[in-house]
Amino acid sequence: MPISDQEVRSVAALARLAIEEHAISHYAAELSAILDFVGQMNATDTSNVAPLAHPLELDARLRADCVTEGDQRERLLGLAPATANGLFLVPKVIE
Amino acid sequence: MADYPLTVAELASGLARGDYSSVELTRHYLARIERFDPDLNSFITVCADQALAEAAAADQRRAAGHAGPVTGVPYANKDLFCTEGVRTSCGSRMLDNFIAPYDATVVARLRAAGMVMLGKTNLDEFAMGSTNEHSYYGAVRNPWDASRVPGGSSGGSAAAVAAALAPIATGTDTGGSIRQPAAFCGVSGLKPTYGRVSRWGMVAYASSLDQGGPIGRSARDLALMLNAIAGFDPLDSTSVEREVEDYTRCLEQSIAGLRIGRPREYFDARLDSRMASAIDAALDRLRELGAEISDVSLPHAALAIPAYYVIAPAECSSNLSRYDGVRYGYRCANPRNLLDLYCRSRGEGFGAEVKRRILIGTYALSSGYYDAYYRKAQQVRRLVRDDFVNAFTTVDVIAGPTTPSVAYSSGAHAGDPVAMYLGDVYTTSANLAGLPSCSIPAGTLDDMPLGLQLTANYFQEARLLGLAHAYQQATDWHQRLPAAYA
Repeated sequence: MPISDQEVRSVAALARLAIEEHAISHYAAELSAILDFVGQMNATDTSNVAPLAHPLELDARLRADCVTEGDQRERLLGLAPATANGLFLVPKVIE
Repeated sequence: MADYPLTVAELASGLARGDYSSVELTRHYLARIERFDPDLNSFITVCADQALAEAAAADQRRAAGHAGPVTGVPYANKDLFCTEGVRTSCGSRMLDNFIAPYDATVVARLRAAGMVMLGKTNLDEFAMGSTNEHSYYGAVRNPWDASRVPGGSSGGSAAAVAAALAPIATGTDTGGSIRQPAAFCGVSGLKPTYGRVSRWGMVAYASSLDQGGPIGRSARDLALMLNAIAGFDPLDSTSVEREVEDYTRCLEQSIAGLRIGRPREYFDARLDSRMASAIDAALDRLRELGAEISDVSLPHAALAIPAYYVIAPAECSSNLSRYDGVRYGYRCANPRNLLDLYCRSRGEGFGAEVKRRILIGTYALSSGYYDAYYRKAQQVRRLVRDDFVNAFTTVDVIAGPTTPSVAYSSGAHAGDPVAMYLGDVYTTSANLAGLPSCSIPAGTLDDMPLGLQLTANYFQEARLLGLAHAYQQATDWHQRLPAAYA
């Protein structure tokens, strides 16, 4: 199924991914080729097959609800591009 | 290379005998990296000072009588495993400035075993790619022919081991990223059973498929590193609570009576007849060693790559949403507002192949397409898995080529991602099914190495490595070193 330029723009917006305008049609062609390729799956009837999400079909293991991490606040903030007063800094959200 | 043997097992024996110290050995590898890696580009970061300090500590530990089986042996670490204090880039501009605040469990266990980390190896960005051409730090060259790709995504690890810049390396395998570069570079690689090796601190690509494992020269070396890294880890929610075994335990066992299945679907008319002949010659050798070879069928084999290229991008689009330009990693200059910060940081921080997979995954998970793509792929995943479950009722191991071709020229698949994806035809199914699978060198085509892929049932790593070892006792493909690096 071919993907239109407009679909690339809307998927890129969903993915929060800036794509340069001149590259849109290029991505549209590549994504169309990939979707066409994966579409081979449709030739196989899977109407009675349960989806498999985990190869060993194990349930997620839960741990006790207790604190396991020490305070790493300063270390983790140190990785951020911009911080102030112990907080992550982003452009103003509310005008 | 005359001074030192090539394998971890031999190096460990030399260290135990006192033939050389870990510091001397580490200096030897650092000198080779300095000499050869400017051309090969297999390392992103070399940790000379830290490695020498770790080596000195390993020598002290040995002197104190506390050395383990691999203490003091150097290794190279794929730059996807977090290392406290050393940059973990994942081959991406996004993490060019990222220094993890903790060690991955694999790294912590190798440290506890006393292995010495030489540096962090190059890879396709976030492990997405089969050629190592998709790295922010430039392409890795194949040590056997610099005009060809080393494979990917663990191409730096495979090239470094092939060129003897490290005796062994870590890798990760989501759809073949350990086995395919091992095949292309003429070395051995093992993807363990899903859940056998902790994923904690291993930067996520597709979490239901990702598994770490070793890339080394011999099956024995793979077993030695697996012994160090395998085992339950409470920090990884998909880690399997099951006792580990000594993965060297089957190395000296006979393979007489072992049943090996040859999937008809792998040897169909599309497979290069010369590759088919080479793999059949390897199977003949295993038959001479006592194995019983029979044909098996994996009816849904051809559907593995289409299912993989929905599931892996879907999980990728979810996992990589964490890179937001706020908490760590790359941030664009002068963002106009928060949305612009997200979109441009990600648009500028990720390379083309990562963007393709995020877009495909986002599309496949988006409203209206979920059932047609993601749910469909998970249903196909069960069919692929059940093929193996059925085959393993009659055989112990499934054998075939690791890749449809030997390493191809750089740029061969430029602008045609599907052509690159098709090279994963034999490897993705083990990830979809979660099975242990290894590639070992088994011949050459056009003077380039080719890989024999061996896949076993869940948690049968020891048996798999025993079979690989038996083949390597009878052949010398794994001992060869490219002439330029001798």
